[in-house]
Amino acid sequence: MNREIRRITLVAAAMLVALLVATTTIQFGVAADLRADPRNARTFYDSIGRDRGVIMAQGGTIIARSEKSGDAYVYQRIYSDGPLYASITGYATVVGPPTGLELAENEVLLGTADSLFSVWVRLENLFTGTVPTGGAVEVTIVPAVQQAAWDALGDNHGSAVVLDAKTGEILALVSKPAFDPNTLASHDPEAVQQAYNAYESDPSKPLNNRAIAGDLYFPGSTFKLVTAAAALESGDFEPDSELSAPTALDLPGTSHKLTNYGDSSCSAASTMTMADALAISCNTAFGWLGLELGAAAIANQAERFGFGEDQLIPLYVRPSVFPSDVDQSQTALGAIGQFNDRVTPLQMAMVVAAIANGGRLMEPHLVRSERDDDLKVVTEVSPAELSRPLNQTNANALRDMMIQTATAGTGRQAQVDAVTVGAKTGTAEKAAGQAPDVWTVAFGEVEARTVAVALVIEDGGSRGSSATGGSVAAPAVASILRAVFG
Amino acid sequence: MATILPGGARLGRGTELLALLPALALSFFAYAQVALAVEGQLPAQMGLQCGGFTLLAVAFHLVLRWRAPYADPVILPVTVALNGIGLAMIYRLALRYEQLGRDPGSIIASKQMIWTVLGVSAAALTVFFLRDHRLLRRVTFLSGLLGLIGLIAPFLPLIGRSINGARIWVRIGPLSIQPAEVSKILFVVFFAGYLVTRRDTMALAGPKILGLRLPRLRDFGPILVAWLSSLGILVFERDLGTSLLLFGLFVVMLYVATNRPSWIILGLGLFAGGVAAAYRLFPHVQDRVQVWLHPFDNALYDRPLGGSGQLVTGLFGLAEGGLFGTGWGHGRPDLTPLAYSDFIFTALGEELGLTGSVAILLLYLILVERGFRTAIGTRDGFGKLLAAGLAFTLAFQLFIVTGGVTRLIPLTGLVTPFLAYGGSALLMNWVVVGLLLRISDGARRPPPATSEIDLAAVAAQLAKSQAAAGSSSSSSPSSSSGPSSSSSPSPGFSQDGLSTEAVARP
Repeated sequence: MNREIRRITLVAAAMLVALLVATTTIQFGVAADLRADPRNARTFYDSIGRDRGVIMAQGGTIIARSEKSGDAYVYQRIYSDGPLYASITGYATVVGPPTGLELAENEVLLGTADSLFSVWVRLENLFTGTVPTGGAVEVTIVPAVQQAAWDALGDNHGSAVVLDAKTGEILALVSKPAFDPNTLASHDPEAVQQAYNAYESDPSKPLNNRAIAGDLYFPGSTFKLVTAAAALESGDFEPDSELSAPTALDLPGTSHKLTNYGDSSCSAASTMTMADALAISCNTAFGWLGLELGAAAIANQAERFGFGEDQLIPLYVRPSVFPSDVDQSQTALGAIGQFNDRVTPLQMAMVVAAIANGGRLMEPHLVRSERDDDLKVVTEVSPAELSRPLNQTNANALRDMMIQTATAGTGRQAQVDAVTVGAKTGTAEKAAGQAPDVWTVAFGEVEARTVAVALVIEDGGSRGSSATGGSVAAPAVASILRAVFG
Repeated sequence: MATILPGGARLGRGTELLALLPALALSFFAYAQVALAVEGQLPAQMGLQCGGFTLLAVAFHLVLRWRAPYADPVILPVTVALNGIGLAMIYRLALRYEQLGRDPGSIIASKQMIWTVLGVSAAALTVFFLRDHRLLRRVTFLSGLLGLIGLIAPFLPLIGRSINGARIWVRIGPLSIQPAEVSKILFVVFFAGYLVTRRDTMALAGPKILGLRLPRLRDFGPILVAWLSSLGILVFERDLGTSLLLFGLFVVMLYVATNRPSWIILGLGLFAGGVAAAYRLFPHVQDRVQVWLHPFDNALYDRPLGGSGQLVTGLFGLAEGGLFGTGWGHGRPDLTPLAYSDFIFTALGEELGLTGSVAILLLYLILVERGFRTAIGTRDGFGKLLAAGLAFTLAFQLFIVTGGVTRLIPLTGLVTPFLAYGGSALLMNWVVVGLLLRISDGARRPPPATSEIDLAAVAAQLAKSQAAAGSSSSSSPSSSSGPSSSSSPSPGFSQDGLSTEAVARP
C-alpha cells in the first residue's frame, strides 16, 4: 500500500504546487493588470487617507503635492498652477478613481509599488505594519516650455505638444481649455460633484486631453509630411521629382475636383518639384502623389510613424487614424490630410521628431524617473527607439524640405533667429462654413539639441474663417521655439 | 520508511514544544498588528487571551507527552499556526464589519475563538481517550451509517436549515452545525474499515477487459453508493464542494487499498458523467462554469446572483497584496463578500502578499506531508488507509476551495481547513489532527526490542493466544491485544491480513 500512498502524496503535492502557481500568477504575474482594472474599487479606497507623493517637473518644480488637512481624509492634494499642468497630472479625488498621471503612477505615488522599496524595507513594513509614504514621480515636462506653449495658445481652444526628438521626452503637453484639478480634489464631495458636472456639461470639453486623447483632429496639410515620407521611401521619388500640379485635380470616380487653397494654381507649368509642392503646400500635387502611391503605401508609412497603435506614455494615447480601405478619390483626399484622417497633436509631433532625428522615432514618454519618499531615484526611464519610419537619407531629405518650407514657404512665421527651423503648416477644413483648425508642426535645432513641436488651434482662433496654419499657428510655434532655445 | 530505526528513537516532544513558540508568537503578533492597525490600540484582554491560548496549546502538548509520546512533533505546531493566522484574519474582518455596521458583525471573532478552544479540546480528548486507532475499525459500519445520516440530516423536518442557498445545516438549540463536516471523518473511517477487509477480493477478482481488470459487480456496489450519494449532495444540497470532496476521497482510498488504476478511471468516468449531467440539468452549475471561464465579462460581473463579482473582487484583493501585501489591517479584504469564510485565502493574500500566501500553502504542504508520512509509517492496513484518507481530506479541501478562489478550478464552497470561519469544520478538522497524531504515535513507536522477528517466539505467542481463544472465546489476536498492547503491534500479526507489507518493503 505504501507505493500507492506515495503516489497519492505526489498527487496532493501537485495540487499544492498548482495552488502556488495560481497564486503567484495572480499576485505577481497579472497583478498590475488586475490593479488597473477600472472595476477595482481598492485602487480608489487605497488613495484615501494616504500621503500621496509629489509630482515634479524637470528641475524639481513641484506641480502636485499633499498637505495635512486635519480632516477625515488626512491629506489634501494641492496642484500648483493646476490648469497649466492639468493635462499631465489629472486629478485625485475623494469621490472616485484618480485620472491622468495620478492614476497611471498611482502605485508609486501611494508608495505601494513593489519597485519602490527594497525587499528588506517591504519585509520590515510587512512586519511592523508601517504604511509606506508615497513615492515621487518626476515628469519630463520643462516648466518654461510648458508655460510658453500655454501662452502661445492664448485664449484659443487647441493643443500643443513639444518633444525632444533625440530622447522622446515630452517637454510640454498643453490642452486648452483646461480644468482646475484643485476644484476636483476638494474634500467636499458635493462641491466636487458640482465642479465635475460643470466641466462635463461645458461644450468646450475642458476635461478632454486634446493633446493625446481628446476628439481627434483632422491633420490637414501637415499630413503631407507622411505622404512625402511614403513617396521618398517608395524609392520612386526624390525631393526634386516633378509632380503633376494642376489647378484642379479630377477626383477619380466622382464629379468633384480637388483644388488648392483659395483655388489658386500651384505653378504656371502645372508641374513642380515635391520640395516646392511641400513648401507651398500644393493640394493638387500631393493629391496626385497620393494616387500614384496608393492608399496602402501611405497607410503603411503612417503606421510606421505610430498611427493605429495604442500607446501609453504612461497616459493612454488614442491611436491616430489613416483609413486604408478607401477608393481613389478618398485616397487623394487622405494624402492631403482630409477625408477621414484623424490625429492627436502628439502623433504629429512624433512624425516631425522622426524626420528631424534622422528617421529614428524615439518613444515619447512623460515620466523621467520614479523616486522613493526621500526623492532617491528608484527607476529612471532611458530613451528607447520606437521605430524607424524612414531611412536616414530620406529623413534628411524631408528635413531639408521642411527647412525650405520654413524659410521660403508657408511656414515662414515659424522661423526663429539663431535656430535651424523646419516646419509644415496645415489648415484643416472640417465642414462647409465652419472655420478651419489650423496647424503648424515644426522642429528647431541648435547644435545637438532638436525639439519637435505640434500645435493646433481650433476654429481658426481669433481670425476665424480667414485663418491659416501659416498665419495663426506658425507664430505660436515660433514663440515656443524661442522659449526652448532662449 | 515504514519502520523506525531500532534504538534511539526520538520522541520529538521537545521539538514540538519549541516549534509551538514561533507558531503562537506568529498568531499573537498578527493579533496585535490587526488591533493596532484598525483600532490604534492593543485589545483590552489581549494578555488574558494569549495566555489562554498558550495554556491550551501547552495542555495539548502535555496530553501528547502523556498519552502519545511518539506522536509526530510537527503536526501540532503547524496546525496551531494556521489556526492562529485564521483567527487573526477573522478578528480583523470582524473589527471592520463592526465599524461598518455590516453583517455578520464582530460576533464571528468570538465565536471562532470559542470553536478553537472546543476544537483543540476535542483533538486532545481524541488522543486521550482513543488509545489505539484500530479500535475505530470496530465501528466501521456504524460510521458509515452515521455518515449517511449526517448527509441526510439537513433535509429532516424541524432541524434541517438552509443558509445562503445551500441546505447543509442542522440546527440544534442555539447551534447551527454542518453535519457533513462530521460525515467527512465518519466516511474516512468507514471507507478504511470496509476497504481493508475487502481489498484482496476487490484487487484480484473480476473480468479483465482491454488490459484493465474491472471490478466484479458486487464489489462495484459501494462505489456506486458513494457516487450516488455525492451526486445526491450535488443535486439536493447544491453543495458542489462536499460532493467533490467525498467522491474524490472514496476513489483515492479505493486506489490506495487495491492498487487498481481501473478504480480511478472508473471513478473519474462516473464523476465526469455526473458532472456533465448536472451541468446540463442545473443552471447553478452552468453559472459556476461560466464564471470560471469568463469572470471579467461585464455581464457576468454585474449579475447580482451567480455572477463573477465575488470571484473577481477576490482576485483584485490578491493582486492588491502583490509581493508583500498591504500589512495586517491595512488592506480592504472586507470588499470581498464572504472574506471570512470561502474567501479567507484572498483576504490573507491581500494583507500578507505573495510572501504570506506561499508561507500558508507551505504550512499546508508540511501538514499534509506529515499526514501521509504517518500513513506510510504506520504498520496496519486500516491505519494506513485512515491516515492517508484524513491527510488527503485536508489537502483536497484546501485544493477545492483555494483552487476555486484562485480560478484554478470552478468555484465551489468549502471550508479552508483551520483558517476559515466555521465551527463544525474547525472542530472536525482538529479531530482529524487528533486522529493523525494518534496514528503517528503508533507509527513512530519503535518496534519491540528485537528488530528481527524471532520466529520461535512468534510461534509460541501464536500457540498461546490460540489456546487463550479456545478457552475464553475471545475474538481475534489483535482485538484482544487491544489498547494495552498498542505499544508493540508486532508487524507479523496485525489483523488485516496485509502483514507482509511492512516487512516486505523496507
